[in-house]
Amino acid sequence: MTLRLEQVTVCLGGRAVLDAVDLEVGDGEIVALVGPSGAGKSTLLRAVAGLQTLDAGRVTWDDHDLAHTPPHRRRFGLVFQDQQLFPHQDVAGNVGFGLRMQHRPRAAVAARVQELLGLVGLAGFEHRRVDTLSGGEQQRVALARALAPEPVLLLLDEPLGALDRDLRDRLAVEVRALLTSLGTTAIHVTHDLDEAATVGDRTVRLPSPGPAPTSR
Amino acid sequence: MLAAAAPPLAFLAVAFVWPLAAVTRRALSTGALAEVLTDPGLRSVAWFTLWQAALSTALTMAVALPMAGVLARYRFPGRALVQAVVTVPFVLPTVVVGAAFLAVLPVRWHGTVAAILLAHVFFNYAVVVRVVGALWQHLDPRLDEAARMLGAPPWRVFTDVTLPLLRPALVAAASVVFLFTFTSFGAVLLLGGPRHPTLEVEIYRLTVARFDLPAAAAVALLQLAFLAALLGWWTWSQGRHARALRLRPASTSRPPRTRGERLWVTGNLAVAVLLLGIPLARLVQRSLQVGEGYGLAWWRLLDDRASTLGAAPLDALATSLRTAAVATAAAVVLGGLAAVAVAASGRLGRVLDTGLMLPLGTSAVTAGFGLLLVSGRLGLRGSWVLVPLAHALVALPFVVRTALPVLRSIDPRQREAAALLGASRWWVWWTVDRAALVRPLLVGAGFAFAVSMGEFGATAFLARRGTPTLPVAITDLLGRPGAANAGQAYALAVLLAVVVTAVVLVVERARRDGDGFW
Repeated sequence: MTLRLEQVTVCLGGRAVLDAVDLEVGDGEIVALVGPSGAGKSTLLRAVAGLQTLDAGRVTWDDHDLAHTPPHRRRFGLVFQDQQLFPHQDVAGNVGFGLRMQHRPRAAVAARVQELLGLVGLAGFEHRRVDTLSGGEQQRVALARALAPEPVLLLLDEPLGALDRDLRDRLAVEVRALLTSLGTTAIHVTHDLDEAATVGDRTVRLPSPGPAPTSR
Repeated sequence: MLAAAAPPLAFLAVAFVWPLAAVTRRALSTGALAEVLTDPGLRSVAWFTLWQAALSTALTMAVALPMAGVLARYRFPGRALVQAVVTVPFVLPTVVVGAAFLAVLPVRWHGTVAAILLAHVFFNYAVVVRVVGALWQHLDPRLDEAARMLGAPPWRVFTDVTLPLLRPALVAAASVVFLFTFTSFGAVLLLGGPRHPTLEVEIYRLTVARFDLPAAAAVALLQLAFLAALLGWWTWSQGRHARALRLRPASTSRPPRTRGERLWVTGNLAVAVLLLGIPLARLVQRSLQVGEGYGLAWWRLLDDRASTLGAAPLDALATSLRTAAVATAAAVVLGGLAAVAVAASGRLGRVLDTGLMLPLGTSAVTAGFGLLLVSGRLGLRGSWVLVPLAHALVALPFVVRTALPVLRSIDPRQREAAALLGASRWWVWWTVDRAALVRPLLVGAGFAFAVSMGEFGATAFLARRGTPTLPVAITDLLGRPGAANAGQAYALAVLLAVVVTAVVLVVERARRDGDGFW
């Protein structure tokens, strides 16, 4: 169950945002991906998720080329920096979304939602409106929502970037504990080296964008 | 500035409130209401009006919703043009739409429900594309991506995320379309034939063909009550479902990427071209089709005084232009005064504002019928003034809607600055407010002119024999047998469509962003 990126290249607006990038993430491994803004961290996650088409190279999962697997069939989870919670659903509706897409029975969905909310420290928040939550609470809901359908790989796009220093440090520890306890394979994108060290098993650095960017 | 409210209020009282009161009195005083309510024939007319409106609304939503999404989500060459072109049918007079569908549909379809439904979809397509598209382009596409990543296939993203988020716009668009199709008159009269009358057509028929004014008044009252209930429900539900959406600036569109996406965009464009283009092209073609070949014979007949109309058809154009000029002048003066009064006063202003909007929610047929009832007491029976009076009433809300946002957006510090420089109160108003008003009033005048040129519901009751307006002349000619009558009607319809479209295009170009809702 290994994720492999081979010579992945993505051009946006005529510029190679990712230029022949190689990366390997092993089973249960948490890779922290760091780099300055503009280095293509988010683009790399989107390429893995299938939300961004590749201009060259390939992404494989378990040695299977994902080129023709649409995002919703990859069983990858994605946590956005600005959460992107569904404003028309309450907390339970958000966390249960992926489970409903798997056609799990109603009772099973409710039980799993309760379990996940307990894991992220939001027990009893089921019927809160998402726009009444604080930034930290929203990010926990986003994390629970992404984890609920048991993704084989979790992609975190600067999930703590919008939070204040104090909260970020605390949540980084929690995220690390949560991911290791669930044994989830993950790529955690951040521009903060401390956070990368806290969350990741190992840190990979994407180089700054330049006229002649090199990877590795 | 409150004194400015007096003329528009007086106008509203005479041209709107009094006529409606007369309709109500007539309906209640004669026992006609009880008769109408128990008449099985009328019950079936009411039922038909309701279900054709519901079905028209559903069909319009189904056809236009994908296009709203395409225009909101994708960037492609010619998108701005497409956006402008899909709006054209909405500004076309209903009589032109009716004529176009008579021209395009085979004769055995004339007088069928299908013809009515098609015309309604054509006419209201733009409402859905514009209203829903306006919200759609501000929805964050990453919400869709979040749903995809949670395992939702594209169609579940649509049903579980996009549709619920679009709900306010969907309700608004559906309500407007339902309102328009429920009170649709010109198209139904032309296309539905005698077998498919709606309440509007029935009011007209009872008045003009049967001279049964009490029964007509009763039907009009029924219609009014229903519309009031609909508007009340709408206001209530809009308030109830208000939800804070995190909207993004409208830069979320991108070129279609996959083959499927390109096919989807092309397919929707094809539907738009077929639905909107073919009826209009066919209308032009029919106006030029003489016997087996083509020619300008019908166009030449337009200044023939021996026409079956009793006057040269081209005189109808002159009548319409004259009427529109008077109606526009009245609507601009009254609407401008009303906007100034509303902007200057608090609670009272809002009451006036709502009152001015009411003619929009009332059927034009009922308004025209009411004016007919009180015309004698006004000393205007059979007068030419009645038609522009009714048109000014219908156009007034458009002028107010255009002018009001501009007045409200004037920074009060501008007035303070002028006052500090020693300007008198009047001079402050003249230099600041009046200067800001010129442009929106010109835009409002354009809308009023276009509305007046196409108005048919009220005009059908009030136009004098011998001096019909263009829409009345077109309907009249289409009701007469013979290729020459039909050919002239199509030619007049083309003429009317060109005039109205030209006026609206000029207005659209003159309009700045933020110059009101229209």
